[in-house]
Amino acid sequence: MAHIAVQTADFDVHLLYQSLVEANTADGAVVTFVGRVREFNQGQQIADMFLEHYPGMTEKALHELAQQAQKQFTINRVSIVHRVGHLRLSDQIVFVGVTSAHRQDAFAACMWLMDELKSRAPFWKKESTTQGTRWVSA
Amino acid sequence: MFKVLFFGQLADMLDCRNLSMPASSAANVYDLLDILRERDPKWSKALNTEQLMMAVNHTLVTPEHPIVDGDEVAIFPPVTGG
Repeated sequence: MAHIAVQTADFDVHLLYQSLVEANTADGAVVTFVGRVREFNQGQQIADMFLEHYPGMTEKALHELAQQAQKQFTINRVSIVHRVGHLRLSDQIVFVGVTSAHRQDAFAACMWLMDELKSRAPFWKKESTTQGTRWVSA
Repeated sequence: MFKVLFFGQLADMLDCRNLSMPASSAANVYDLLDILRERDPKWSKALNTEQLMMAVNHTLVTPEHPIVDGDEVAIFPPVTGG
């Protein structure tokens, strides 16, 4: 099973963790990743950012990534939450959580999901810096 | 007809986020990019890069992908989520 959400609202890591482990006695490993807005990017001080996405395609792309991860790795539950819209310094941007019987697959799948998300899911960051706004280059 | 959507920096450069085109105007995404580049120098410059990604009906494709009536085509810069 996979839980996918694209939302403007912040997310609660504890609740997302709970949904990964609730009524789940098979998995001994839970790996989670949280991406946040950091202070400096490409040499400039970040004030805040806007995250644009492609509604419809974004959700589909994340579902496909979760399905692919579940085929490629020996994992069970996958949870991906990505925020869009206006975000401020230190805000949470993305959550990826994976459960597995053993840690190796959970770590590998979580890493793979983040790498693929960053290269295939249709999100674009526009940063406001002390020197104006700019689109982040890949 | 088919729809064409633009996102991110590309949409800002073109000052356009979407348009509609007659179904017969482009056989594939490669043709579509050629036609759009001919609109004017601004479009030519913005689309004259290999750093573009494209999707048809919400799936990433290569430029050879055919376009048919009713499709939703999207053209955008490399993604920067996460």
